[in-house]
Amino acid sequence: MTFFSNIWRNEKSREIIVQIIVLFFLGWFISWLVMNVNANFEALGKDISFEFLFIPAGYDINQYLIDYDSRDSHLRAGIVGLLNTGLVAFFGIILATVLGIALGIIRLSKNWLASKIAYWYVEFTRNVPILLHILLWHGIIINTLPHPRKAISLGDITFLSNRGFYIPKPLAESGIELVYLFLVVAIIFSILFAKFCKRKQDLTGIQYPVFWINFSVICFLPLIAFFISGMPVSLEIPALKGFNFRGGMHMSPELAALTFALGIYTAAFIAEIVRAGILAIDKGQREAAESIGLKPSKVMNLVILPQARRVIIPPLTSQYLNLTKNSSLAIAIGYMDLVATLGGISLNQTGREMETMLIVMLIYLSVSLSISALMNWYNSKVKLVGR
Amino acid sequence: MSEKTYKPGNYPDLPPPPGTVGVYGWIRQNLFSSISNSLLTIISVVLLYYLIDGIIGWFFLDAVFDADSKIACRKIDDGACWAVITRRVGQFVYGFYPEAERWRIDITFLTMFIAFAPLLYPDIPKRKWLLYFSVFYPFFAFVLIMGGYFGLQKIEYSLFGGFMLTVILGVCGIVCSLPLGILLALGRQSNLTVVRTLSVCFIEFMRGVPLITLLFVASSMLNYFLPPGTNFSILVRVIIMFTFFSAAYIAEVIRGGIQAIPKGQYEAADALGMNYWQKTRFITLPQALKISIPGIVNTFIGLYKDTTLVVVIGLLDPLGIGRAALADTKWNGLSTETYLFVALFFFVSCFAMSRYSLWLENKLNTDKK
Repeated sequence: MTFFSNIWRNEKSREIIVQIIVLFFLGWFISWLVMNVNANFEALGKDISFEFLFIPAGYDINQYLIDYDSRDSHLRAGIVGLLNTGLVAFFGIILATVLGIALGIIRLSKNWLASKIAYWYVEFTRNVPILLHILLWHGIIINTLPHPRKAISLGDITFLSNRGFYIPKPLAESGIELVYLFLVVAIIFSILFAKFCKRKQDLTGIQYPVFWINFSVICFLPLIAFFISGMPVSLEIPALKGFNFRGGMHMSPELAALTFALGIYTAAFIAEIVRAGILAIDKGQREAAESIGLKPSKVMNLVILPQARRVIIPPLTSQYLNLTKNSSLAIAIGYMDLVATLGGISLNQTGREMETMLIVMLIYLSVSLSISALMNWYNSKVKLVGR
Repeated sequence: MSEKTYKPGNYPDLPPPPGTVGVYGWIRQNLFSSISNSLLTIISVVLLYYLIDGIIGWFFLDAVFDADSKIACRKIDDGACWAVITRRVGQFVYGFYPEAERWRIDITFLTMFIAFAPLLYPDIPKRKWLLYFSVFYPFFAFVLIMGGYFGLQKIEYSLFGGFMLTVILGVCGIVCSLPLGILLALGRQSNLTVVRTLSVCFIEFMRGVPLITLLFVASSMLNYFLPPGTNFSILVRVIIMFTFFSAAYIAEVIRGGIQAIPKGQYEAADALGMNYWQKTRFITLPQALKISIPGIVNTFIGLYKDTTLVVVIGLLDPLGIGRAALADTKWNGLSTETYLFVALFFFVSCFAMSRYSLWLENKLNTDKK
């Protein structure tokens, strides 16, 4: 037996043996699963095929970014759903970021009252499940906002009702090209100007109010072009026809509820991330910056934030990912996102659980993995390099 | 006023200038230290006033606590109509568990605190005896809740619901996912390529897909992967999915903890001639787990909150009960009351968990402050 005990005592060979055993069990497990699937599918007379993607879906989707009607294929329904997921994630991320950063900064403010309010906001929001937030907001919009006939109107062009929000839709007319052109010029100018100022500051230490100059250039240049070309934009104002509004841009109650809920919920987490990021900066950095006579705003912008950004961005991205994944709860209120279209109605109509869930999971998985790969790259780029 | 003169070195201690100490000083420093700060304070006060005024009015003063329907509520007062909760509070707590048997749930719930006490509070007296009870508790709870033994009536899974279901799912998920999470974290740090790859794949897959798709898999597809004819309860399937899902997150938290341990610790352990399991048991895990407590508790809180998702696959957790109540024409449209009530329950339990984690963190913090 000495031969075997020697193999077992040798670290290298033991590792190999253990791995072979693990692989063996894994292979056995997988083949067991495959056999079960085969047996089950045979018993039910099913097979695995993705042809269902190309037959007409036969259901309506109330919110779509690309043209869709019920005669289109399941594949197109899935793409509409995917775009809807993207849409709500986009709005939600903007809301969450703005609110979250504001709350994180208020939480650190010296004002006792404001910081306590922010603290309790964070605690109340993040200790309640996201699904509850979604249902609560949906309920509030559906049940407490008035009917379209009695809609709350802001200046008779924007309407809030329990059928959703209606805002005027800008329609481009001829002559709009000049505005676009000026916008592009303004953006190119800002980028070049920012680079110029950065180099100037590196060389001489002189600082320019880059942000405000660029901001006004980007705002005013297109505005001037807009007036020169004779205001080539008309508004399509929503109007009450029958039981609901027609025209204008429409935000359905589901989309609004989902955006609010996801934004408000994620903002609480972002606030904590921002706070932790700022607190993570060594006290000495702030003291040193103050001692060389920088103004409080400069201390924040030039010393604290650039360092805090490195700490903040990775968890922030993972919150964005969470928000996107949480948007799959849309199915609870009937917003037609990827899970509700492909993984919901298409699944029920075609009975192809295996295929639809596989596609849905793969899509989410590839989004998550590519974002986390991006984050790994970012982390390695901004990592403090010790000497 | 004449200045008193003192001999050098005999100048008496003066009181601090007025406005820097006491209530007044505190208010001045914390609320009105500058113009912008004062503005912020005023805005906050106005905001708070409207908020508190509205909340107290709607929640309590104008609220109706018992009525036959929403219309009856609105006839009495125009605040919240809590009747939708008070009339169904039994369902919200126990689901459709038979009324005569509900004492079993009460006992299980109360004894749960005794079972958890020695695990959560290491300083508790008679800890060793209580630990025996903790080990015995899962069987005790199972028999008591499910019935079918010792003359207890057998209760079907489908009758479970309400807060009781939330607690069952949450506690089972939490208890099962910690060991699995630790194993996955160790697997991810392992030298064995096969083990490491498997752990990474499992963790990344679980973290990459939304929980709701996993629950769909549990509810509609899991049977395909099992031998034909196997059929086990949806509750167990859901608990398995919750366990896998949060184990992946816990594994990442613990991996962070393992990576934070200074290298010298491993080198010292190697120098002492410890083998892998000794090193893990006595060096790695005690330190890694201590560092990762906040993250682990956060994952638990997340899991506990995520139990609400079972409503999507048709289990009757508090949200499911609430939606059933709202589907009743008598209570149609009282969604705000219903959901706020459920939200309050979640807030209380999750807030308690996060407070416990803070306490434990401080207690285990051996750094000198």
